[in-house]
Parts: sequence; C-alpha cells; structure tokens
Amino acid sequence: MAERSFKEEVEKLRLGAGEEFRGEGILAITKALLESGVSYVAGYQGAPISHLMDVLADANDILEDLGVHFENSANEATAAATLAASVNYPLRGAVTFKSVVGVNVASDALSNLASGGVTGGALVIIGEDYGEGSSIMQERVHPFAQKSQIWLLDPRPNLPSIVNAVKKGFELSEISNTPVMLEVRIRACHVHGRFETSDNVRPSYTLRDAMENPRRQTDRIVLPPASYLHEKEKIEKRWPAAVKFIEDNKLNEFFDGDLIDIGIVMQGGMYNTTMRALELVGLADSLGHSRVPLYVMNVTYPLIDRELIRFAEGKRAILIVEEGQPEFLEQAINTIFRRADVQTRIEGKGMLPMAGEYTGGVVRDGVKAFARAYRPETISDAPPSNEGAVRIAAAVKAIENNVHARPPSFCTGCPERPIFTALKLVERELGTHHVSCDIGCHLFSILPPFNIGATTMGYGLGGAGAAAFNTKSDKRAISFVGDGGFWHNGLTSSIGNAVFNKSDNVTVIVDNGYTSATGGQDILSSYADNAIRKTHNSIEKAVRGVGVEWVRTLTHTYDVAGMRDTLREALTTKAKGPKVIVAQSECMLNKQRRERPLVNKAIKDGNRVVRERFGVDPDTCTGDHSCIRLSGCPSLTVAPNPDPLRTEPVTKVINSCVGCGLCGEVAHAAVLCPSFYRASIVNNPSGWDRFKAKARGAVIGFLQRRIARRQYAAA
Amino acid sequence: MNAPLPQRQRPITIAILAMGGEGGGVLADWIIDLAESNHYLAQFTSVPGVAQRTGATIYYLEIYPRAGIVDATHEPVLALMPVPGDVDIVIASELMEAGRAIQRGLITPDRTTLIASTNRVFAMTEKIAMADGRVDPDKLIEACGTAAKVMHAFDMAAIAEATGSVISAVLFGATAGAGVLPFPRQAFESAIKRGGKGIQASLAAFTAGFEATAVGATTVKTPAVNQPPPTLDGQDSDETPTNGVVHRPIPAQLLQETDKFPAGARAIARAGIERTADYQGLSYARLYLDRLAPVASADKDGRLIGETARQLALGMAYEDTIRVAELKIRPSRFARVREEVRVNDGQILEIAEFMHPRTQEIADTLPAPLGRFILRTGWVRSLMDRMTRKGRVVKTSSLRGFLLLYMVAAFKPLRPRSLRYQAENAYLEEWLATVQRTAATHYDLAIEVAAARNLVKGYGDTHERGRARFETLMALLPSLSQRPDGAAQLASLRKAANNDDTGVALDAAIAAMKESVAA
Repeated sequence: MAERSFKEEVEKLRLGAGEEFRGEGILAITKALLESGVSYVAGYQGAPISHLMDVLADANDILEDLGVHFENSANEATAAATLAASVNYPLRGAVTFKSVVGVNVASDALSNLASGGVTGGALVIIGEDYGEGSSIMQERVHPFAQKSQIWLLDPRPNLPSIVNAVKKGFELSEISNTPVMLEVRIRACHVHGRFETSDNVRPSYTLRDAMENPRRQTDRIVLPPASYLHEKEKIEKRWPAAVKFIEDNKLNEFFDGDLIDIGIVMQGGMYNTTMRALELVGLADSLGHSRVPLYVMNVTYPLIDRELIRFAEGKRAILIVEEGQPEFLEQAINTIFRRADVQTRIEGKGMLPMAGEYTGGVVRDGVKAFARAYRPETISDAPPSNEGAVRIAAAVKAIENNVHARPPSFCTGCPERPIFTALKLVERELGTHHVSCDIGCHLFSILPPFNIGATTMGYGLGGAGAAAFNTKSDKRAISFVGDGGFWHNGLTSSIGNAVFNKSDNVTVIVDNGYTSATGGQDILSSYADNAIRKTHNSIEKAVRGVGVEWVRTLTHTYDVAGMRDTLREALTTKAKGPKVIVAQSECMLNKQRRERPLVNKAIKDGNRVVRERFGVDPDTCTGDHSCIRLSGCPSLTVAPNPDPLRTEPVTKVINSCVGCGLCGEVAHAAVLCPSFYRASIVNNPSGWDRFKAKARGAVIGFLQRRIARRQYAAA
Repeated sequence: MNAPLPQRQRPITIAILAMGGEGGGVLADWIIDLAESNHYLAQFTSVPGVAQRTGATIYYLEIYPRAGIVDATHEPVLALMPVPGDVDIVIASELMEAGRAIQRGLITPDRTTLIASTNRVFAMTEKIAMADGRVDPDKLIEACGTAAKVMHAFDMAAIAEATGSVISAVLFGATAGAGVLPFPRQAFESAIKRGGKGIQASLAAFTAGFEATAVGATTVKTPAVNQPPPTLDGQDSDETPTNGVVHRPIPAQLLQETDKFPAGARAIARAGIERTADYQGLSYARLYLDRLAPVASADKDGRLIGETARQLALGMAYEDTIRVAELKIRPSRFARVREEVRVNDGQILEIAEFMHPRTQEIADTLPAPLGRFILRTGWVRSLMDRMTRKGRVVKTSSLRGFLLLYMVAAFKPLRPRSLRYQAENAYLEEWLATVQRTAATHYDLAIEVAAARNLVKGYGDTHERGRARFETLMALLPSLSQRPDGAAQLASLRKAANNDDTGVALDAAIAAMKESVAA
C-alpha cells in the first residue's frame, strides 16, 4: 500500500467532456492518457512520478473498465521494454519513471525501441527532478533524447498545456514512427491547477487483438542490415515528418510583444518562471502579456529551424532560457543561425548561469541583464530601498550560524535506524570498515548522527559498489541494498555478482516491505496482501537461489544486540563466499498508517489496548547525548535541564514516540546511562489489570511514603 | 516611445516553510480551498520527494482574483516557486525554518508578513552535541522581526498541543487573524469544515491561533496542562504519594552558611547543600561546606566559588547503582512519568527501566575490600562478567521490580565504605587541591580547572572517557600556567573535549596549542 492514497481523487478520472478538472499535475496526466485512448501503462516509481504510479494503482478499476492494462514494472528498463507492444501494433502505450536515473536504467530498451521505430504511439513520461531538493545527480535527459532520436516535449507548466502535450505526443509519435518523451518538472508534477476535460476513449485496437493476431516485421528489429536502414530512415523519413507535424500543429508557441528587436527563446517548462521574471523587471504583466516577444519551445528536440529563423527576423538579439548544462539548445541554435546566416546575437549562458536550477531570482537577474544590454531604456534601475537592504543584511547577520541544515532523515521508529546503530557498535569493536551504500531511505546513514557510508553507485548497486574490494584483507567491505533496489536489479548486480566472483564481503539487505523512499509502494517481497499483485516472495530464498550459502534473516531489526552479533559474525566468520544479512522489519511510516486507525478504533470500542512509549528521567540523564548519536530518532530531542546545578540540556522523548524499543535496546547494548524507561499505558484495563494495579499500589504507595519521609529537603 | 504595460492586479504569494510530515500540505490545501471558494484562482506546488522524511520543505502558493482577469484568453501566469523579495506571506511552522526563510531572501521588510511559530524542533546537529549545541532562539526571533514588515510569532505548537490538534490549524488561524488574506474569518472556518477530518479540534486550534494573532500577542504562554493527581493504580485517590508527605528538613543554620558566599554563588551552594544532604545525609552536606571553605577564602569575585560549588556538588553526588535505584523509586518520579506520558483517568501505567549494571559498577557499590576482591580475582570477575553481559529490564511498577530497587537503595548507609566512594573522594580532594593551588597564582585558570571537572559525568564508557579527558587536561596544567592565555586555552580545550566521542577534536586542539607554544 502506497504512502499516499488517491482513492478519492481518482474519481476525477471519470469526468466527461466539458467538465472542469481541479487537482494535481500527475492526476491530470493520467486523465490525459485515458482521453488519448491508451492501451497500456507501465512504470517504476520515484519522485516526482511516484504519485503517477500510485494514481494508476488506485485507479485500476477505472483502467480495467476502459480496457487499459497497468503494470508495476520491475525497473525502468522493464518499463521501457514494455513499449515494444507499440512496435508492431497500433497500440498506444505510456511508461513513466524518474528523470535521468530512470532513463539511465531504461536506455538499452529505449535505444532499441527508437531504432526500429513504432507503429502505435509510444510515450515516455519523465518526472524531472532537477534543482533544489533533488535527490539525484544533476544531469539532463536531453542528450538521451538526442542520441536515440526520441522527440522531447517540455510543455509549459500548466495543466492545459501538459494535457495537450500528452495528446499531441501520441499523434507525433505515430506520424513520425518515433517514441516521444514528455518531460515534466517536479513542481509541475505536483502543481494544483485545472483544465477542461474530454471523454475518456476506449482503445479501438486492444492488447488482446494483438495477442490473438500476432504480427512481425523483421525490418523493425535491430540486426544488420535493418539497423543501418533504421538510421537512414530516422533522418530521411521520421525527422521531416516530425518537423512538419510540430509546425502544422503549432506545438511551439509565439507570443508577440512591442519590443520587436529583441526576443526570448525558452524551454516550455521555463515559461512561468520567465514570465514572472519579466513581470518583476516591468516587461510583462501577470496575465501573460509580455513586451518582449517570446518563442516557447514546448518541443525541445527536434528544433524547428524555420520557426527559429522566423522568430529571429528583425531582432538584434535573443536570450535563450535553457536550464541545465551543457547548453544543447544554445549550441544548436547557434549552428542553425550560422547555417542560415542569421546575424541575430544569441545570449544565453553568458547572462544566465551555466549550471544550477533556474529559480525566479536567477532568471529575473538574467532577463534584467539582457534588457539592460539591448533595451536599457525599458528597465528602471531604481536602487532598492536602502533601509530595506540594511534591515535584511542585519537579519541575515543575526541568524548567522543559527540556522542549521535540516536534511531528510530516518522517521520516528524507523526499523532501519537500529541496523546502523548496531554497525556503529560493531565498529567500536572491530574498527571502521569500507561501507558501500545504495539508493533508498537507508542512504540517510551517511548523514549525522551515523556518518556511515563511502559511496553510492545507484539503485541496487550497493553490493556492486564494493565489488573491487574482493581481495585478501583483514577487514571485509560492507554494503547495503534495500529491498527495493534488490528487486530492481540488486539480485543480479550485487548478489549474483558477489557469488560468481567469490567475494567474501558482507551485504545487508534492508527489507522493510516496501520501496519506502519512493512512497511506500509494494514490491515482490512485501508482507502485505495486494489485490492486483503477487507479494510474499522471500528475499532469502532468492539470495540462496543465486548461490549464497551464508544467509541470516533477522525479523526484528530493533534487537540491536542481535543485529550487532550477526554483523560481527558476518565480518569475522571463516566461511567463504558472500555473507548476506536480510534485516527485516516493516517500514514504520506505513505500519503506523495502517495500524493507528485500528488502534484508535479499538480504544474507542472499549477494548484493552496497551500503548508503549519511552521516556528519559532527567535526574539521571548525563546530558552527553550518546543516545541521540546512536539513534537520531526525531522523537528523541533535548530539553532544558531541570537541575539547577547542571547546564547541559537533557535528552527528552516527545509524545510522537511510537515505542519501537530502540532506545532501550541501545541503552543496553551500548551500556548507556540508566535513564530510559518504557511506559506501557493500558487503555480500557481489564478487571484483573485493575485488581493488580490496586494491590501493587497499596504496597508501593506505603513504601514510597516511607521513602519520602526519610528524604532530606529544604523546608 | 513604447507604451508601458497598464497596472494590473498581482497575485498574492505565499510560502510555507515546514518540515516533512508536519502537515504543511494540509495547510496549503485549506488555503487553496479557501481561495477557490471565494472567487480566486489558486495554484500550489511543492517539492516532496525524500525531503518529506523530516527534512526542511517549502510549499508555495499563489492566488489571484478572478475579477482581475481582463479577457478570457489571458489567464494569470502563476509562478511555481517563490522569488526572493516577492513574497507577501511567509508561514513558518518552526523558528529555525523562519530563519531559513530569511536566508533564502523570502522575508523582506517592504512586503512580507511573517507568521511563525516560535517553538523549536532541534536540528540533528543541535541534538548530537556532547554538551549544549542549541542555537540562540532570541537571535532568530530578533532577525525575524528585523526582516519582516509585520510579524506574528508565538508558540503555536503549544497551542496545538493544548487544543489537541495540529500546528497547521493554528497557523491557519494565525493567517486569518493577521488579516493578510482578503477573506473573512468564516470563509477560513468553512474551508476547515469542508476538509472533513478532525474538524472540531482543528476549529479549536484555529480559533486559538486567530485570537492570539488578532490581539497582537507576540508570545503566548503555554496553557498549563491539567493533569489529574498522579496515582499508581489509575484510580481516583484521595491521597497522593507526593502530597501531604513531609520530607526531613535540612536545618536552616546549615543552609544559612551560604550567606557568607558572594551573591552569585549563594544559590548554587544552597542547591549543593540540598543535593549532598539528599545524597548521603546532613553530615555529607557538612563535608561539602567544609570542602568549600578554603576555596571560598581564595575567591575574589564569586566566580571561583560558584563554579567549584557547582562541580563539587555534582562530583559528590555521583551516580552509582544506589543513587539510580533511589531516584527511580521515588514517588515524585512516578508522578513525573505519569505526567510526561500523559496517562489519563482509567488508564493504567506500567514503568520498565533499562539498566545495565556491570561487574565494575557492582563492585564499586560493595564495601571496598570486597569490591577489590571481585575485581582482582580472575574467576570471580569472569563469572560476574558473564552474569552481567546483558542489560536488564526492571519493571518498577511491579512489586518484584520495585522491591529489587528498594533493596539496592537500602545499601545507602553502607556507601561511605564502598570502593567507589573512596576513589571518588580521592579524586575530588585532589581536584580541590589543584583548584586552590592554582587560584593562589592564576585565578582565572583556577576557575577553568574547577569547570573542567564537568567533563567527568555519567556512567560506564561515558564516565571513563570523561575522566580520561579530564586527566589529560589536568596534565597540561604546568604548561598552561606558563601562558598568559592559559585560562582561555583550557576553556577551549574543554570545549574540544566535548566535541566528539572519538577525541579527535581534543587531540587536534592540544596539538595546535603545543604548536603555538613552540612558535
């Protein structure tokens, strides 16, 4: 079960012609797919398109009604390969994954798909995760589109434009026999907006039709001599067809302005930011009227030479607003202008930064620099109010060193935390080891308080990242792989590889039942039942299946001592071959989401329910915070020391504590102070509970009064 | 020559700074619904991703009146991210996040109304410090006041807590109360009602937030949490263990002896008397005062005696198994736990302690000869090591657990004959002698010597590590007393000793100091 439920929102997918849809970009894309008569959809989750996968899963009934098949792909390569259904048959298909990391994995299938070309429309929806808050390397998808000749759409970030791009994308794909990528930036994926809906369309040709009447065209398969023909076809047939369609359908947009000797060329996705920048320097209003003429490229590959040349006509200079590097558009436009001998000056990365997110402030400064260079009279350079600047400077100075970074971290009660606590304890005995990390929540181990991990090479590649450290040594390398990464490709890339190469290293598979970092989607080994998928497939069996002999599965990661002892054994055993520890406990975020309503209901219904949480006695707490350094739980914080003699803040457990038990285990395993206590709160106690409490209370109360009487205190 | 653009309506821009999982999205949804139900267009976006996992997150909204649209073909173009200097309303769910908004240039004096909760959710770097790593909240509040055009800042987490709701509802109320959005209060409340979840609690929190803002309160006191008198059995009781029981009084003459100390040190010395009397009786408190006397005579301005009084009290009241057992079973402690974990009428509370006494701690508690025998006799020690390898969970609320700790606490009269007592006293005497000796020639350095005793604290490994570092510093005294900046050096070495578990920072600081001597 995914972290976020769209059960209510998916009803919007049933809206018909002329109605207004209000909601998130992701949901609008799904609606557009249904309005386009798509036959199948597949993908692999990852921000910002995790919600697209969640929406599709929650909308499975609606999809089935329309005869649309939906797959949770094993990985992005699987998703891309799924588009093979559109090669021989007039089936529209769409797949989705996370920007460059997904495309990296998918690129083998994408190259093959693009080479042979498609019959039915094939759409690859890319959730672009670039800039602030991004969790991945900063690279562009653009060159993947170029090298494989896949058309790249980058629509304006409003719902009507995105919906239109989906529909036109399918048509473009069919007319040019080329797959199409639709790039949607993270904020556009999550933007709340509206658009006018059309009726959903049932695919006229179905998957069943294709399966029962199979077709094949060997010239669509990448094998000489067809592969050479494909390349010729790409240039001679598919490219011109695409250019014509894009021009005829006006996929790129021209906006007039009265400053006709300058202009701005931009990626469609940069439109809103650029308009706001123009507004802020006084060259546009908030209703989309710009004084500077604009050419908005909703298609960023291929470029339409004629349109660019037409736009440049009579202009002294244009500014290209192109986010990311290298500056592929700027280079290409320079080439186009040189070939056509257009003398218009091209500004771009000279006035805007080469790298980094084009935020509002950045684009405002770039646009201002451009206007100042070519139409200085249009911008007022009134200096900002001195008093304001002084106040801001004073405020910034006052908070110097008082604002700390707040990176994401393990959630309250996270079952992955104790694994790293145990590793820290093992390191106290055996020294530090080389640790290779993977992608997933467990990667937070690299941050304080754990500071564990040296590299991460990609999803499922934790073990692979330690492959070279396979030589005689007194220490073994340790790698981490999540259950998500394990099924994505880690079984072969990390585990199978270690077996075949006779590695002695240790791999910890963090099995929390979901792909948690992407939003808690189910995978093969999920413990929960899933109505439309087969879960409950054992990781240990799979690992043994590829030949690992030393496997330990721990089903309670909070047992720090057990975890520590298993890690120690794995690091010191004389057994040959890879050592694999499957560390298994359910993602607390998902567990709480599932259980909390049930618990609350049980309490309301008068059933006996015991809730546990932890606490710290401030009078025995040393204020040294070892416990926080070994845990880092968000419910573990500091509070002023109530003792007038001490100044260090004491540790405090706040009420968000879910009683996972890690604090107590750490106190025991690391021999910390005796301050931690576990409080068990019995709701709706039984008669026996009450009798017991009464009896104990009588004796303990008597003794406590005696204790209090003997205690010295100032009168 | 070119007609400038006509003046147009601008969108209202709103940035919400929160931490993942705090309900920032709920607040944004309410604002969207509020705007759309009142003839405004609304756009909202965020960057969830992994930042959701407790990291800092920004939600951004723009709203635009439908009345501002001139022709149907030109709808407003709304931005997807805040531009520095162009934000009308910043809503921050926590004080450091408000500070982050200043760093990002989102709060500017010409236009920004800041609605911020002043509660602190400490960053990891603040929490993992070995001493006190918290930042200065006053600086943050001051900066917010300086940067914002208008500021409404108070502890909204406390209000949320008191009203049994979430902070987003209080923030929503404060936004309504600030009067910065063109909608009446009822419109805000309708949005909450349409939201459908926890309506009553949300409305109560909304009201509290609205009123606190509307009256212009900059700080709101945390409403006292009314807890029922603590009882052990969860039943109403006419008698509580804490109330009505008179403790043994500490004689006034003893406490009055602190009158001879400088004003600044009196309260500390008084607390020291209370602590030592509580720890081991009146004669122990007497010993405390006697030990302080020579330091008092060397004192010049109250600083030396104040610091020594503090550290001596903490040193004399070291935590051993007897002390821990005693503290755990006190009635006041049971009451505190009840309050902290919020036990209501009708619920029963059980308390379990996580203890891990090892051979060393057990031997420490025993009479010195016996303790020494255990530690020195191989087979006894290894037998005890084996028995104490695992930690114990002691259920203090059960008779068995309570009596066990009661028995351990009953060893208190024997404490002065214990191994640990003798060792601690020797350490303390030596440290006091060093303080006195140093004070005679290097007064400021002596204060730092007194303060350095603070490194020795806690139990087990923490204690051993602290003592080792304290001794490392004391060994440097001869060279420190040669330096004019000896006191400052020792202070910074103490800070370095508190920097990390591994001692890397301390080693580096010592090396740097030695180098500066050589230079």
